[in-house]
Amino acid sequence: MKWASINLVQDRKEEKIMLKVVHYINQFFANVGGEEMAHIPAEVREGVVGPGLAFQQAFKDEAEIVATIICGDSYFNENMDEAKNTIIEMVKKYNPDLFIAGPAFNAGRYGVACGAISKTVKDELNIPVITGMYVENPGADMFKNDIYIVSTKNSAAGMRDAVKKMAPLGLKLAKGEKIGASIEEGYIPSGKRVNFFEKERGSTRAVKMLLAKLNNKEFETEFPMPDFDRVPPNPAIKDITKAKIALVTSGGIVPKGNPDHIESSSASKYGKYDIEGVMDLTEETYQTAHGGYDPVYANLDPDRVLPVDIMREFEKEGKIGSLHRYFYTTVGNGTAVKSAKGFAEKYVKELIADGVDAVILTST
Amino acid sequence: MEVKILKLELGYIFIKDIQFSDVSKVENGTLYVNKEEVKALILEDQNFKTADVELAKPGESVRIMPVKDVIEPRVKVEGPGGIFPGMVSKVDTVGSGKTNVLKGAAVVTTGKIVGFQEGIIDMSGTGAEYTPFSKLNNLVIICEPIDGLKQHEHEKALRFAGYKVALYLGALAKDLTPDEVEVFETPNLVEGIKMYPELPRVAYVFMLQSQGLLHDTYVYGVDAKQTLTTMIYPTEVMDGAIVSGNCVSACDKNTTYHHLNNPIIYDLFKEHGKTLNFVGVIITNENVYLADKERSSNWSAKLAGFLGVDGVIVSEEGFGNPDTDLIMNCKKIEAKGIKTVLVTDEYAGRDGTSQSLADADVSANAVVSAGNANEVIELPPMEKIIGHVEVADVIAGGFDGSLHKDGSITAELQVITGATNEMGFNKLSAR
Repeated sequence: MKWASINLVQDRKEEKIMLKVVHYINQFFANVGGEEMAHIPAEVREGVVGPGLAFQQAFKDEAEIVATIICGDSYFNENMDEAKNTIIEMVKKYNPDLFIAGPAFNAGRYGVACGAISKTVKDELNIPVITGMYVENPGADMFKNDIYIVSTKNSAAGMRDAVKKMAPLGLKLAKGEKIGASIEEGYIPSGKRVNFFEKERGSTRAVKMLLAKLNNKEFETEFPMPDFDRVPPNPAIKDITKAKIALVTSGGIVPKGNPDHIESSSASKYGKYDIEGVMDLTEETYQTAHGGYDPVYANLDPDRVLPVDIMREFEKEGKIGSLHRYFYTTVGNGTAVKSAKGFAEKYVKELIADGVDAVILTST
Repeated sequence: MEVKILKLELGYIFIKDIQFSDVSKVENGTLYVNKEEVKALILEDQNFKTADVELAKPGESVRIMPVKDVIEPRVKVEGPGGIFPGMVSKVDTVGSGKTNVLKGAAVVTTGKIVGFQEGIIDMSGTGAEYTPFSKLNNLVIICEPIDGLKQHEHEKALRFAGYKVALYLGALAKDLTPDEVEVFETPNLVEGIKMYPELPRVAYVFMLQSQGLLHDTYVYGVDAKQTLTTMIYPTEVMDGAIVSGNCVSACDKNTTYHHLNNPIIYDLFKEHGKTLNFVGVIITNENVYLADKERSSNWSAKLAGFLGVDGVIVSEEGFGNPDTDLIMNCKKIEAKGIKTVLVTDEYAGRDGTSQSLADADVSANAVVSAGNANEVIELPPMEKIIGHVEVADVIAGGFDGSLHKDGSITAELQVITGATNEMGFNKLSAR
């Protein structure tokens, strides 16, 4: 009898209460497929899938990924309400202590999905949530004030770095521990200021910051001023029937073969192409170079992204003065804001010199 | 004789302990103080009814409140003038020669509350982590005013009492050999250009609290409210040319100790001649009238331009109203093509989500933050209170119910003297 009771005591000691985690990923990270499988609805699988393994390793015996929810990015973004409801039911079943989404790096629709589903889980189920994104992911700005978004690199090459930051912060959230300042914990600064102790005193940091600023080196302000990103619109065109209008796109439409090799992501350049005499963009003559959306329909008819055919119709009918003979294009997928700004600063001078009155800017 | 380089040697006598004794002296790193002599000194001012003196040392379970000012004992050894010129010394220009400092000691003034923005210094526990004064050997003078004394008379009397005692202690160091000497040299403009032709020229724009109604600063005895923006040698500040006469929120008020030990001046000197040319200090005020704000900030920008500097560090004192002065200084200086770095604290609300500054501008793109002063903290009960503990509920940062029965205090960081100092004295920050 003594022998039996000793064993029971040992069993109780070894019985660890592991935190339960549900992980949300998209079709690509689940290895289901790429863009062509972005339409798959939500499904749930037991245990880890794909990057979940890295998280599991980081959690060690503190937490266990009990289920992984996989959902296509297009499906989520185009059926948001339905997707959210379905996924909420799936999460409820497992009653996890933590919900992790992504990381989405710089994938826009994935980032929006991760942000949206995380916020919903947090708001409706009161479960701690965490996700990870590159700071320029549109999902970051949209959700950083609602949930903790760990700041990641801009591609899946940064998975290890992302997990390193997301796992400990996730555990802290699950355990209800106090969360420190953004710079300490690694999350994208939200609207909430948190105090912490720096290594050096403020005056030393000020001198260093001034030296960096004076020497045109990079520095980071400790308190970003409220955002002043609004571009005030120019006054409306008085007579559109006389206006010369140019088409500009970040949708990546280029002549077939992408002669200037504009990158499918993180474009480092833009193209300027002559459409004098071109009435219609076709599958034979043009294509998309953009790697961030399913190219099938844009390749079948590039007018869908750069509406040359419509503009020619308007020209003929006298609805506009003329379509400018050049269009400017780049790939907006993961392209740095600074780069995009730089491109426009260059070619806007040409647009002005060419007497263009207005620009139709298409994006995807 | 023409002085091309103004040189001041600070001689530090390190104080590791403080004790009461029959004879006031400094011996083997201990500051011995004759209590009765200090009391008598304070009571020379008939505005005081009673005076008492206590000691507060690092690590003790002691709370000092309400704290009005903290002052470091210094004494002129060589060179013109005396410490705190225009206040308790004559107006001769200071900042050159030799000055001895009792490093590790301080005079702390307390007593019946003057306004309602005095602070708390805890010598141990959570609160001690937020104030530099928990690390000093403090001589606390408790001065109770006569009945019916008006607030501004009370403030003035207490201010002078603090300086007198600080000078009394400083005098003990006059003939001592310092443990360590630091030399600070400021070349005049022409000399500076000759010496460091390649280095970026930098000035420090030093904003002084001058909102009035117990929110004042004095420069050689002149109320900063009544000054035009002007220039001063950085070493003059080390001899007490600028002193505090204000009772703003304890956390971001520059005590006289802060003025004497201005860390921006100190850290700019560290880089002077190496990575930058520390040209000089522009002092400017923070008056509440719009015309004064415009005039002062116009003048700061004008002087910075006239000096031909490439960059400035701007430090604010206080919050809210003076945030507008800070942004005005920044905008106007940046507009001249001179780069700025601002040092300020934040009032982002208890949950940290409110706008931290009352004004903002896109040109303020380089800011050092001294932390959110609204963060709520719990101060544990202390065994001994020096002063008046019941003011916890009314001082800025405190609220109805701040003081708990067990002696602990729940209040905002605002209540702790020096917690979010905007000269960048501390390591506290926020993101």
